Amino acid sequence: MATRTEQIAAARGAATAARLAGQGLPAGGAWITAARRAALGRVQALGLPDRRDEYWKYTDPTPLIAPEVPSAEAEAGDTLFAAHDAVKLVFVDGRFDSEASDDPALAGLEIDLLGDAATRDIHWAREVYGVLEARGQSPVPRTLAALNTAMARDGVLIRATGKADRPVSLIHRHTQPASDAVLHHCVKLEPGAEVTLLEQGPAGARVNTVLEVDVADGARFHHVRAQGPEQGRRIVTHVFARLGEGSVFKSFTATVNGRLTRNECVLELLGRDGVAHVAGAAVGGADVHQDDTVFITHAGEACESRQVYKKVLRGGARGVFQGKILVHREAQLTDGYQISQSLLLDEDSQFLAKPELEIYADDVKCSHGSTSGAIDPVALFYLRSRGVPEAEAQALLVLAFLAEALAEVEDDRLAEDLRDWFDARLSQERV
Amino acid sequence: MLEIKDLHVKLEEEDKAILKGLTLTVEPGRVHAIMGPNGSGKSTLSYVLAGREGYEVTGGSATLDGADLLDMEPEERAAAGLFLAFQYPVEIPGVGNMTFLRTAVNAQRRARGEEEMSSTEFLKLIREKAKSLAIDADMLKRPVNTGFSGGEKKRNEILQMAMLEPKMCILDETDSGLDVDAMKLVAEGVNALRDAGRGFLVITHYQRLLDHIKPDVVHILSDGRIIKTGGPELALEVETEGYTDIVAEGAA
Repeated sequence: MATRTEQIAAARGAATAARLAGQGLPAGGAWITAARRAALGRVQALGLPDRRDEYWKYTDPTPLIAPEVPSAEAEAGDTLFAAHDAVKLVFVDGRFDSEASDDPALAGLEIDLLGDAATRDIHWAREVYGVLEARGQSPVPRTLAALNTAMARDGVLIRATGKADRPVSLIHRHTQPASDAVLHHCVKLEPGAEVTLLEQGPAGARVNTVLEVDVADGARFHHVRAQGPEQGRRIVTHVFARLGEGSVFKSFTATVNGRLTRNECVLELLGRDGVAHVAGAAVGGADVHQDDTVFITHAGEACESRQVYKKVLRGGARGVFQGKILVHREAQLTDGYQISQSLLLDEDSQFLAKPELEIYADDVKCSHGSTSGAIDPVALFYLRSRGVPEAEAQALLVLAFLAEALAEVEDDRLAEDLRDWFDARLSQERV
Repeated sequence: MLEIKDLHVKLEEEDKAILKGLTLTVEPGRVHAIMGPNGSGKSTLSYVLAGREGYEVTGGSATLDGADLLDMEPEERAAAGLFLAFQYPVEIPGVGNMTFLRTAVNAQRRARGEEEMSSTEFLKLIREKAKSLAIDADMLKRPVNTGFSGGEKKRNEILQMAMLEPKMCILDETDSGLDVDAMKLVAEGVNALRDAGRGFLVITHYQRLLDHIKPDVVHILSDGRIIKTGGPELALEVETEGYTDIVAEGAA
C-alpha cells in the first residue's frame, strides 16, 4: 500500500500534469523564454500545492490550480486614490489596455510591458524576472508563483534610477466571467531610487499575480494595493523582494470580500540597516476566505522588519495568517515585530494564525503576538448610551480596530482613502 | 420628568435581586442626590436607566416625560434626553474624541428628526464648551478617554453632557478619583447646565460633591430601596454620623 507521502506525491503529480496539459509557454525573446522554461522546470520538479501540504493547511489551493477557471461574475471595482496624480496603467482581464492607459513616460523611471518583452531585450529585467521568485522556492516551495513566471503574458517592468515624481498606478478591470489573469510585474530600484506602486481593481475571475522587487542600497519602495470588493474572485498573489543596505520596503494590502484570497510576501533583508514593513487590513463576510502568508528572512545586520495584520470577520468568514521571521546567525541586532489580530463579529467566523520565529543570532529583538476578539460590549454600550445607533457604533469600533494597521501606510492621503473605502464598504454592508 | 415606580431589578447572571422596589420622581429644574453605602444598588440604578445589558427588570416602571424608558434601546433613551455620566468612562482606542462626539450629536439630532450640525457649527460649539472645562485641543483629538487621567475622563463626560444637552442627567459617582480642584471644575461644568427645564440625579457615596453641586432633595438608598428622603441637611447627617445609624433607623 502506498504511504501517505506517496499518495500526496501522486495526487500532486496528477494535478500538476492536468494544469499544465495543453499549455504552451508564451512566445518571447531568448532571455524570457529561458526564464519561462526554467520556471516550468520548477513547477514540474516541485509540483503544485496540495491541500494536504503543511503550508496550505488552512487554505485549499484546489480552485487556484484547477485546469478549469471557476467563473465569477464580472463586477466593476471601486475607484480609489482618485485624487492622486499617478501614471495609470490599465489591465483588462489581465491584458494591458494601451488605449485606456497613460503614456508611461515618467521622470526617473523606465516602464516597459512584459507583453513587449517578446520583441525587445529589456536588459535589466533578466536579473529580476523569475530570479527572486526562484530564490523564494526554498525553504518552502511556492510553485504557483513559478507557474506564474512560466505563463504570465502581461505585467509591467519598472526600472527606477531616481526619485519618481508620481506613483505608478495599476488599475484592473474584469469583464469576462471566466478570465484567468496571470500578471507578472518586476520593479528594479537602483541605489537611492524611490517609487510608489499602487494597485486596485478586480483583475479577473481567477488571478495569479507575482511582483518581484529588487531594492538596491538606499532605495525606497512603497506599495499600496486594494483588493475587492468583488466577492467571486479567487486570487493568489506573491510579492518577492530583496533589500540592499539601508533600503526601505513597505507594502500594504487592503482586502474586502473575495471567495479566496491568498497573499504571500517573501522578503529578504540582505544588507545592513534595511527596513521591511508589511501590513494588511481585511474585512470579509459570508463565504470569504482571506489568507496572508509572510516569510521574512534577516540575513543582514541591524535590519528592522514589521508585520501588522488586522482582519474583521463575520458571517462565517475565515481569516488566515501565517507569518515567519527567520534570523540568520550573522543577522545580529535584528529588530523583528509581528502582530496579527482578528475581530470576530459572530461565532461562525474563524481566525487561524500561525506565528513563527526561527532565530540563529544571539543578539536580536523579536516579538510576536496574535489575538482574536469580539467587539467590546462595554465600548459598544458607551457609544450607544451617547445616542449612536448600534450598527453605527459597531462600524466605528471596527474602523478603530483597523486603524492600527492603516497607520502603517506612510502617505496620510493614501491611508485616508483606504479608511474612507473601508468606511463606505462597512456602511453598505450594514444596510 | 423622570419617574421611577416600584422598580425591581436583578442581575441576570447571578439571579440576585439588587433593586427591591425603588420609587423616585425627579422634577424639571431640580437636583436630586442619591446617597448610599456600597452595594446598596446606586450604580445598578444608573445602568438600568441607561439600558446596559446584564440586568433584568422584574417589576415596576421608569419613564421619562411619560415615555417608557425600559422599553427603549440605549441610543433611543439618549435621543429621548437621558444622559449618564459614567463612574468609569470607557477608553476607546482608535476613535477620535471629536469624531465620537460629532457622531453622537448628529445621531441624536437625526433620531429626533432635526437637521445635522455642520462641521463649522460643531467646531465652534465644542471649542467654546471645551474651554470652560479646561479641555485643550489635544484632548479633543486624542482617542476617546484613552490615556486620560481620572480627572480628564470626568471632564470629558461633562463635555459630552454639555454638547448633547440632555433633559435628564444622571451622574454616577462623578467625584470618584477626583482631587478637590478637579472636582470644582467638574461641578462648575454641571452647575453651568442647571436650568429650569433640566433634571439631575447625582449618585454619590460621599457628601463632598454635594458641597459643590447643591441638591434640592437627598435620598438615602439602602438594600435596593430608598429608606429616607430629606433636604441637603440629610447629606450632612451622613457625613457626620455615617450610614449605619440611618440604615438601622430605616430598617426599624
